[in-house]
Amino acid sequence: MANEVVDHGRRRFLTATTAVVGGVGVVAAVVPFIKSWEPSARAKAAGAPVTADIGKIESGQMVTFAWRSLPVFVIHRSKAQLDALPSQDDRVVDPKSDAISAEQQPKYAQNANRSIKPEWLVLVGLCTHLGCVPDFVPVMKPEPFDPNWKGGFYCPCHKSRYDMAGRVYQGVPAPKNLLVPDYHFIDDTHIQIGVAPGEKG
Amino acid sequence: MANVFSRIGDWVNERAPNLVPTYRKHMTEYYAPKNFNLWYYFGSLALLVLVNQIVTGIFLTMNYKTSAAEAFNSVEYIMRDVEWGWLIRYMHSTGASLFFVVVFLHMFRGLMYGSYHKPRELVWLLGMLIFLALMAEAFMGYVLPWGNMSFWGAKVIISLFGTVPVIGSSLQQWIMGDFLPADATLNRFFALHVIALPLVLLLLVVLHLAALHEVGSNNPDGVDVKHGPKGNRWDANKPADAIPFHPYYTVKDLVGVGFFLLIAAFIIFFAPTFGGWFLEHDNFVPANNLVTPSHIKPVWYFTPFYAILRMIPSFFGTAFWGVLAMFGAIALLFVLPWIDGGKVRSIRYRGAGYKWALGLFALSFVALGAVGAGVVAEVIPEWFGNVDVTFWENAFGRVMTLIYFGYFVFLGCYTHLGWEKTKLVPERVTTHD
Repeated sequence: MANEVVDHGRRRFLTATTAVVGGVGVVAAVVPFIKSWEPSARAKAAGAPVTADIGKIESGQMVTFAWRSLPVFVIHRSKAQLDALPSQDDRVVDPKSDAISAEQQPKYAQNANRSIKPEWLVLVGLCTHLGCVPDFVPVMKPEPFDPNWKGGFYCPCHKSRYDMAGRVYQGVPAPKNLLVPDYHFIDDTHIQIGVAPGEKG
Repeated sequence: MANVFSRIGDWVNERAPNLVPTYRKHMTEYYAPKNFNLWYYFGSLALLVLVNQIVTGIFLTMNYKTSAAEAFNSVEYIMRDVEWGWLIRYMHSTGASLFFVVVFLHMFRGLMYGSYHKPRELVWLLGMLIFLALMAEAFMGYVLPWGNMSFWGAKVIISLFGTVPVIGSSLQQWIMGDFLPADATLNRFFALHVIALPLVLLLLVVLHLAALHEVGSNNPDGVDVKHGPKGNRWDANKPADAIPFHPYYTVKDLVGVGFFLLIAAFIIFFAPTFGGWFLEHDNFVPANNLVTPSHIKPVWYFTPFYAILRMIPSFFGTAFWGVLAMFGAIALLFVLPWIDGGKVRSIRYRGAGYKWALGLFALSFVALGAVGAGVVAEVIPEWFGNVDVTFWENAFGRVMTLIYFGYFVFLGCYTHLGWEKTKLVPERVTTHD
């Protein structure tokens, strides 16, 4: 042909630009497929607040409510259980919930009892290790997993333990205290889970 | 008739002259060392199980319903109402466990005879990728019946990704497509289990075999038959100590297949759940997102890695370390060809230190499996009475975790620092003539 000299610079430039433009196209084409794995509009809509009737929960009992398909524990703590909490301060990872577990509850529940009203404890019942549902073990008696048990939660999956305020004990796989979700009291016997006090539901 | 076949053969040969030579090179006339022993059954058995999984899997999809509302019942429907459905499902579920049995033995063979040494590193890497894909495949398959153990197993495994710093929780939601394992999760796992991962597995198996046939098989003596004398009774240029795959190893493998099918059939017909080891009791209860089974444990083939995860406590407010250790336990296997700087392949001629180390490594793997399956926590009170079970289980599991990782540290030092005193490796395989 007429031009037998190969312009290598031009060829490299064209190869590089083609590759870059093609690469951008591939990345752009991948985005919809990646995004299709996000929770769908229907899944997100199912995450609405839930109103729970707590009037019939006796002292020392726990009832589980479903919110966003998550189990939410509502525990009516007895006086004895509340009185035992300070004695566990030395054994839990973050007694005041202001260090590692500072984000594990809303500001209005960041206190010694981790609740709005002392006797009512509201927790997302998922272990902070890998998300199993811990068992509620309220009776203060020596347990195989802890001879000095003062009541609390015991995760059967990996043996993490929490006290009656959902505070995680030292030396277990779970790193943080159980999560306190946003909630508020509508009246003395009803709470709404998913909405903070003073916030619109 | 024969004339018609030979004319069809000629017609194909004219248009694709490399087909028959390729087939001969990889199948009938693949020359393999003549001293293969029992340990060399497990590669071909793995292939057999793969075929079983694909065929039974295809037939299971014909009646399985991919939705959180219907999945559990559709599996029960297969078990009760579909003609022979129980057999097809038990073949699939038993096949999954036996897949790991043969793959673990196949990998242990590789460790014993140094099949990962140069020049077979690529074969080993591709094999490890198969192992990884197989674990993903098995995990997603276990979720599909949507029993309570499916659900909670999925929850725990997906939560592993939630421990990744910064992006963890959004990554977790992205994998599930919801705030919990839900319909969306089940559907995408089904897609991956029946289409994406089987394609990947098949491709990797082809590459694994192609890479193997490039370099040739290792053998129990760990000597290269290619470097030995040439000429056998079929071919003057092929190694003297090698025999064609067909009919010699096809016939040998058929014996293995017969024996294997005997065991598999016994399990399928008489003990399909294998006492809760192949199909866990908690998975005969439908998924319930509000109730955790009393003992969440993965199926037996994941328990060694699961135990490592459990034995590492959280530091600095994150449980990520256990996850790192668990994946590290697998990642170290990938780089084994470079950790092991030994010049001798087969355990027959390696130093005493290597034999002890490999024995302890295998022991720790089994012991970790027992920890992960909860067996250790069960036997401690039985054997030692009233002791702190958690403390002793952790102590035992952590020692075994140390031995598992210690193997790689020891092997690196032992070979690279020249501590290994090997025996004399023979010139040819020991069973020649």
